[in-house]
Amino acid sequence: MRKEIYITDYNCVTPLGFDVSSNWNALLEGKSGVALHKIIENQEPFYASMIDSEKLNKEFNRFFDSAQNDSTGFTRLEKMFLLSLKPLVEKHQISDETAFILSTTKGNISLLKNQETLPEGVFLSNLAQKIADFFGFKTKPIVVSNACVSGVMAIALAKNMIQAGKYKDAFVVAGDEISEFVISGFNSFQAIGTDICKPYDKNRDGINIGEATAAVYITSEPNQNEKFSFKVLGDSAINDANHISGPSRTGDGLFASIKNAMTEANISVEKIDFISAHGTATIYNDEMEAIAFNRMGLQNIPLNSMKGYYGHCLGASGLLESIISMESALQNTLIPSKNFEETGTSQPLNIIKENQPAEIKYILKTASGFGGCNAAIVLEKC
Amino acid sequence: MRQLFWKNVKMKMMEKTDICTIQNSKIVLNNNIIFETPTENFSDFAKEAYKSLELNYPKFHKMDNLSKLAFLASEMILKDEDHSRTALVFANRSSSLDTDFKYQESINSQQNYFPSPAVFVYTLPNICVGEISIKHKMQTENAFFVLDEFDEQFLNDYAAQILRSGKADKVLCGWVELYQESYKAFVYLLTL
Repeated sequence: MRKEIYITDYNCVTPLGFDVSSNWNALLEGKSGVALHKIIENQEPFYASMIDSEKLNKEFNRFFDSAQNDSTGFTRLEKMFLLSLKPLVEKHQISDETAFILSTTKGNISLLKNQETLPEGVFLSNLAQKIADFFGFKTKPIVVSNACVSGVMAIALAKNMIQAGKYKDAFVVAGDEISEFVISGFNSFQAIGTDICKPYDKNRDGINIGEATAAVYITSEPNQNEKFSFKVLGDSAINDANHISGPSRTGDGLFASIKNAMTEANISVEKIDFISAHGTATIYNDEMEAIAFNRMGLQNIPLNSMKGYYGHCLGASGLLESIISMESALQNTLIPSKNFEETGTSQPLNIIKENQPAEIKYILKTASGFGGCNAAIVLEKC
Repeated sequence: MRQLFWKNVKMKMMEKTDICTIQNSKIVLNNNIIFETPTENFSDFAKEAYKSLELNYPKFHKMDNLSKLAFLASEMILKDEDHSRTALVFANRSSSLDTDFKYQESINSQQNYFPSPAVFVYTLPNICVGEISIKHKMQTENAFFVLDEFDEQFLNDYAAQILRSGKADKVLCGWVELYQESYKAFVYLLTL
């Protein structure tokens, strides 16, 4: 009998708020963090979901006194990481059997600009160690860097390593920030949308890049005082083996990831109450997802993409969206897939169009990304 | 002592069948030198190895250096066998910083701004795992981790739980570290 693994606490830092409740309230009101921002000199502004730096600094200084932050100095992204983790670390003790898992795609990549040699801060393991040292983690940090599925995989990694007896519990944090590096890259792919993105819609024309950090606490031994708990029932991350940047036309990898995760969870399709999908709002990604969900027989399950609210937060998106979907379950409310108007995939999906009350017990969370990677996890509200 | 004993038992349960290392312009498979050249530059070394080993996979030339390194080492072990149930678990220290640095150079100057999608796509470390998956049509579990140093125990622990969960029958594990002219691959196949 394998140990049961629970998520019992979470937090996030996004343009819609610096904790889960402010995010939830903004989502209920249909607010989006996406707006026009000038990111690259001499270029037109891009639609992106960006945290106000002044607000971030104010919040950081409010929570971290000068004694803690005068000596080292933290990058913008590091401040976001620290703010998202702090409330969890205060509530749950770190032991020498506690894992520290960090999910990111590009970390402090902004530090690379105009450099002739690599600054220490751009190494992802240095970034993770810096955050770990700040809070006094005792085990070696593990960085998951698997493109846009990293955040979902980070939850799976914590589950699997605790089940294998390597750790008792884990703090999982995920984050990426908006940078000229990433914006110029996606722009070179002509993948950036011309407005707030429209996942699954007929008129979708590309992604918005977003930024956020998110953190969860995962344990095999929840204590009696936890306000909530979600069991991590199953996971899988299967490659399409098709193309390094183009989504699969068959949805093979996503289909297999969902199938494996549900097999491990030992639940049937009709038990799933809600799908928190990836939905980047590119033509080919959303079409691929629709095919995979239909192949699984999941086309009637209520589904949303959070990209219209937060943009695509890369390494943070999977964890952030998992948190919002758990909050959705706790609040018994399904949140609409923002900006969806008209079906834009060749196969139908049950896309949520307005806030609606719902009993949510089983959640399926999926993600897909460059390199042909896909990931799925199944969560159960306890 | 107790911990050591437990580790030994675990190692016996998982079997390491093939090992390939690439460093200092040399490819070694299971203690046999497969390819060696005095060429020091990585790109030239990779090109010579590709030709000499008759890999015949034109996509190789489009890959970035990290992918070439991971691909060459994996090719030695995977060969033409069936790997539809072989997972891929890779890690390194420098992520994709080798290509990140090149991409950043293409956008440093406003006067000379030429971001390329063909370069940008390789600014993720897991792309090398995607390349191996594509070559061998491996629609299997895959993961990429960034660690401050090679940690075989971690890779083996992660591989072991994949094998025990039944999500794969074999796991190709790899440490594939590359930044500019400094590189090392250590890739091995694990089965239960």
